[in-house]
Amino acid sequence: MVNSTSFAPWNDPHAKPLIQFKNVTKRFGAFVAIEDLTQDIFAQEFFALLGPSGCGKTTMMRMLAGFETPTQGQILIDGQDMANVPPNKRAVNMMFQSYALFPHLSVWENIAFGLKRDGKSKSEIETRVAEMLRLTRLEKFKSRKPHQISGGQRQRVALARSLAKGPKLLLLDEPLGALDKKLREETQFELMDIQEKTGTTFVIVTHDQEEAMTVASRVAVMDEGRIVQVDTPDKIYEEPNSVYVADFIGDVNLLRGQATARKDGSGDGGISIAWAMEQPDLIASNADQALTNKSVTLALRPEKVAISKERPPEDGPSGINALEGTVIDIGYLGNLSTYHVQLADGTMIKAQATNTRRVARRDISWEDTVWVSFTTTAGVVLEG
Amino acid sequence: MRRFSRFNAVSLTLGFAFLYLPMLILVIYSFNSNKLVTVWAGFSTKWYGELFQNEAFLDAAWVTLRVAVISSTLATILGTMAAYALVRAGRFSGRTLFSGMIYAPLVMPEVITGLSLLLLFIGIGLDRGVFTIILAHTTFSMAFVSVVVSSRLVSFDRSLEEAALDLGATPFDAFRLVTLPIIAPAVISGWLLAFTLSLDDLVIASFTSGPSATTLPIKIFSAVRLGVSPEINALSTIMIGLVTVGVITASLVSKNTALRHERDAKAAERT
Repeated sequence: MVNSTSFAPWNDPHAKPLIQFKNVTKRFGAFVAIEDLTQDIFAQEFFALLGPSGCGKTTMMRMLAGFETPTQGQILIDGQDMANVPPNKRAVNMMFQSYALFPHLSVWENIAFGLKRDGKSKSEIETRVAEMLRLTRLEKFKSRKPHQISGGQRQRVALARSLAKGPKLLLLDEPLGALDKKLREETQFELMDIQEKTGTTFVIVTHDQEEAMTVASRVAVMDEGRIVQVDTPDKIYEEPNSVYVADFIGDVNLLRGQATARKDGSGDGGISIAWAMEQPDLIASNADQALTNKSVTLALRPEKVAISKERPPEDGPSGINALEGTVIDIGYLGNLSTYHVQLADGTMIKAQATNTRRVARRDISWEDTVWVSFTTTAGVVLEG
Repeated sequence: MRRFSRFNAVSLTLGFAFLYLPMLILVIYSFNSNKLVTVWAGFSTKWYGELFQNEAFLDAAWVTLRVAVISSTLATILGTMAAYALVRAGRFSGRTLFSGMIYAPLVMPEVITGLSLLLLFIGIGLDRGVFTIILAHTTFSMAFVSVVVSSRLVSFDRSLEEAALDLGATPFDAFRLVTLPIIAPAVISGWLLAFTLSLDDLVIASFTSGPSATTLPIKIFSAVRLGVSPEINALSTIMIGLVTVGVITASLVSKNTALRHERDAKAAERT
């Protein structure tokens, strides 16, 4: 995926980060919200903080906005230490989860609020607000009050207001949480479009992994005050660095077992995993042999597991890892079906298949004996 | 339509009679042409005319009005600041003590408040007059304002203030341009409460007033001790009229605002 033209300043050792968290710790009384966190975020990134509620993602954002100060460590924006800079003196704007529109001011006045505080001239304000109204397609509603417009329009006003001052950094706190699914998807693309047009750095906080994957250039998965993994969405999905990340992002089969180095003379390398009595060992040719003799987990995405009525041929690519089981449940999603297959020892394996044929032609049904199989590089072997 | 039972009719009549019969009698007798208050001798508005000739009453009314306007304004400013500080300060040691101390004047017997203020004014050698009444009324009514305003502030969405700060407003601007306009209804009702408290206060005013300043309640009270005069009835009727107009206007305004708000919100969801 990564080539010379793609946007990836985090791979460039000379790139200067816009935001630097340096060993930041934040405590609220005895509760540790952020623990010794170090992270760089680069200009023009769309950076997503993803995690369950209480993982510290909102605290990180509020520290960037200046509403919370770190207990220990430093936060730098554009090389400047932010410790003693109050929120109103930062070139950072935030879009609030509740939108926080001023109910007594019209849409126009809401957008102009920040510009007026900067003491801009009347004509400058007029021009800028008009530009923002055009960008967010709100021209028709400029003289309405926030309670006189719909939820989606309110969300766009909040965005326009936070963008009006042309901040170096825009913070978005669960910006799309209040919208229904269809509008949310539409708005996600709108956000990406606006981010591209304005060149602003976006940091978004969300607990919705799909949202983070769709909009972000990099995703930071957080758990209990720490960043567990930071990577591009495809890497986070395909190459999770821990069971936590693999389990948090998307759907996954987790098979725990004991690793041994592969001894056959094929030269393929990798490991085999002894994972259940009376089941063949699983082969992972992409795994590091350093994991030998450790307990490991094979993380396997359902869409990488094939399902068939006949055993796949032993010498084929999916023939090496093949397990027999019974179909317990079929989740029909329209374009996809997820099959829940129970193996002889009770383990459930989820396999996903694209429904390329109409219903009448599909041949696997409940209670059928089937084979689930996957290639030796389909899964990711994780320690633990 | 629900049937209006006889029991309901009776209780409603009794309730309203209990509340308003005394006032109704007062209003009727204010139009009595007879000098003897309790003997009806025909309709007349002459006592209203006499009232406006009575220098002493007019002076007292003027003092009362000045005291009420100034003290309720001061109490509103101080009470709002106190409420804001207490709600915004979050948790700190001694918070319960502080908020308890703010609300103590609500339950303190007026006699004690009046007496303590009197001792204070004598102690620091302050001549009693309009100024001391204003101080006294400010002191006891700011507690009421603070209760009204802080109950609004508790439900105030803090992120609105944060948004203002985030957009570059100074903390004072954030309060002036965002918080204050939004909590304005509570501040106004706090002012009205302080105003009416000051208007009808007799006890504290009599402790803290001097020979140079007499408020209307003191005047009425001392006049009544010499016998009820038809002029007092007229004066009271005017006050009832003013209060009625005020209350009805306030409730109509807030009802209309709420209705319009609701209609707008419904219209917005449709588009």
